[in-house]
Amino acid sequence: MATIWFMIVAVMVAIYVVLDGFDLGAGAVHLFIAKDNDERRTVIRAIGPVWDGNEVWLLAAGGTLYFAFPQLYASGFSGFYLPLMMVLWLLMLRAVGIEFRTHIQERVWQGFFDTIFGVSSILLAIFFGAALGNVVRGVPLNPDGYFFEPLWTNWRVGAQNGILDWYTVMCGVVALVTLVVHGSLYLATKTEGALNFRARKVASLFWPVQVLLTIFSLIATVYAVPGILQNYTRWPIGYLVPLVVIGSLIYMYFAHSRRNEKGAFLASSLYIIAMLVGAVFALYPNVLPASTGSQYDLTIYNSATGAHGMAVGFVWWTFGMILAAVYFVFVYRMFRGKVRLEEGSDHGY
Amino acid sequence: MDSALLIHRLHFAFTVTFHYLFPQLTMGLAPLIVILKTIGWRTGDERYDRAARFWAKIFGINFVIGVVTGIPMEFQFGTNWSHFSRFAGGVIGQTLAMEGCFAFFLESTFLGLFLYGEKRLSKGLHWFSTLMVFLGSWMSGYFIVATDAWMQHPVGYERVADGSVQLKSFWQLVLNPWAWWQYAHNMSGAVITGAFVMAAVGAFYLLSEKHVEQGKIFVRVGVIAALFVTVFQVVPTGDAQGRMIAQNQPVTLAAMEALWETQPGAPLVILGQPDVAAQKIDNPIVIPKMLSILTWRSWGAEVKGLNAVPKQDWPDNIPLLYYTYHIMVGLGTFFIAITAVACILLWRKKLYESRWMLWILLMSFPFPYIANTAGWMTAEFGRQPWLVYGLLRTADGYSKMVSAGNAWFSFLGFLGMYAVLSVLFLFLVRREIEHGPEPLVPKDLRELVDSAHMTPAEVR
Repeated sequence: MATIWFMIVAVMVAIYVVLDGFDLGAGAVHLFIAKDNDERRTVIRAIGPVWDGNEVWLLAAGGTLYFAFPQLYASGFSGFYLPLMMVLWLLMLRAVGIEFRTHIQERVWQGFFDTIFGVSSILLAIFFGAALGNVVRGVPLNPDGYFFEPLWTNWRVGAQNGILDWYTVMCGVVALVTLVVHGSLYLATKTEGALNFRARKVASLFWPVQVLLTIFSLIATVYAVPGILQNYTRWPIGYLVPLVVIGSLIYMYFAHSRRNEKGAFLASSLYIIAMLVGAVFALYPNVLPASTGSQYDLTIYNSATGAHGMAVGFVWWTFGMILAAVYFVFVYRMFRGKVRLEEGSDHGY
Repeated sequence: MDSALLIHRLHFAFTVTFHYLFPQLTMGLAPLIVILKTIGWRTGDERYDRAARFWAKIFGINFVIGVVTGIPMEFQFGTNWSHFSRFAGGVIGQTLAMEGCFAFFLESTFLGLFLYGEKRLSKGLHWFSTLMVFLGSWMSGYFIVATDAWMQHPVGYERVADGSVQLKSFWQLVLNPWAWWQYAHNMSGAVITGAFVMAAVGAFYLLSEKHVEQGKIFVRVGVIAALFVTVFQVVPTGDAQGRMIAQNQPVTLAAMEALWETQPGAPLVILGQPDVAAQKIDNPIVIPKMLSILTWRSWGAEVKGLNAVPKQDWPDNIPLLYYTYHIMVGLGTFFIAITAVACILLWRKKLYESRWMLWILLMSFPFPYIANTAGWMTAEFGRQPWLVYGLLRTADGYSKMVSAGNAWFSFLGFLGMYAVLSVLFLFLVRREIEHGPEPLVPKDLRELVDSAHMTPAEVR
């Protein structure tokens, strides 16, 4: 049962990254590709009706993690105290940037809100990547199962880590580039004309960077985190995951150059999922490895809640997810197709 | 007091108090907007649709701040209260996760349709979206109250070997009797805020002779709704909650009332400043035997005083608890009085001309915020020194690995961030109130506007 909940949380995180990833990516690039007010409004409207729902996946995944693995929630959240607080502030600024822009239709403030939205999106993408890097690399858990990391120590991967070292910064950059491509491909599917052209240009520009960084990050992970390939040696079927990563990158390239906008976006989504699956597969059954020695690792066994809670949770969770899926299909169908400003409702979007 | 403990408490107290200024209006306005939309839809009276549209804008701004200040609450269970999370996550994680899976998805889906979909949707579907937003926000409220209710009155759990608690009965957790009354009391408190804010904006329009027609609707709907909820707030919900506290947390009740000694025929203190060291009340005004009547329904009933329990189990800030409780009760009484007068004036068709009453309605809108905040402070101070009543002390629940210095860092950050949010919020709401509900646009002009692809905002 703990394994099932491990997979459930992983799936919810993956859904979150794919969905909120495209609006984060759109935010990260919009300052550079949307030149005038109409284009900026188009970007906001491309994500406006869905970004809030996308972000709910973060809360739902967090809540699920909380009740299924309370020990992990307690250790992880208090240990990553500083970056999480900053993530909270960035999420606030970003929401303000998106939502309040539509309420104030004055040029000065539009620029202000656009900048807030752009900068907070970029920083969030980096933070989320660094967070994942921390989990893969391991943290200095003490015998009580707790840790605390300062923002940085000596930038090396060792026993006394900071949040940021060369490895986690690299993960942050990989995440930013991935989401820039992901967001640009999404915007390409939702826009026309000059904006669409520039969005595709950004994707073309960053695709080779993404390929190089992917290769580099795989090598770096194997170098920085010894033993990361244990599960792959044990269950060689896991090597399919890197194949999917490569396949999705190749397909992304072909779909993109043939202007198959939806195909390219889906390939990017698959890439993100495969990268996450690869990491999760390597970790299992650990959920938070200890850099202080594997006897302190948090695993699905020592951090999970009781059997009754997990069984009951499975019932309502299934029910809740069916409802959520219905809502999402409904909303995405409702707002499908390219954004056209003139079809606007009376309120900004 | 350990300084790290103090700062973690302040951290949560500040962020949750600020946060709840917003959901109380969201949850309070939601049913009122549903009422406006229902009247507009059933009678075809366009004025009510415009009223609903105006309040939807205020709702939207308020909702955004409520969401962004709400995310830190879930996070802080882990970041600042990790020992508590490890202890109780297996139980309260259930209700918190359910809030995400059921309430937030529902809300976020229909909010977009409600705020921006009026033109795309049929009248019925738009009404349905409004109803779903109402339902989502009220469900969210239930899961949070159920979580707090478990901390006040833990049920449906079992202790396990590592010292933490695990879920034993899902239904006991979700149907905690404490949660029912607390929820009813809390939600009607939220509607009081919604109704008073609506009436105050209406009064402002009537007094300044702008948007008079809409102002009358706001005042009317506001005071009628307020009449129901202000009474419901006291009887049965406030009364029932008081008696639950008397039965399950007698020391909390004693501290709320500054009742030092256990005694039969205990008096109710109306006014006076408690002096904990000397165990007396300065310049007291009391109603003899009233506390016994209220709690046990008998003149002579014995009410437990603070001396019934050892000092280490007393709430750690008795004067503040005493004041928040008395402020809440005092304001609640005041609300009933002014809504009763306003409703009599309304009934005799004099309300819209009674400038003195409109002034009172206008100036009263901050009070429900204060009363709701004071009410929650009563609940949470009253629970001290326990984090989970009788099971886990607050001093054992915070994140031991997060030093006071790091907690100060984020506390100051939140102070700054929330100052910015407050300024933005006030600025935007003032703009919307200044701009007012959209005027009645003649049909042919509206078609002209539509054909020119302009939004009404651009026309103005």
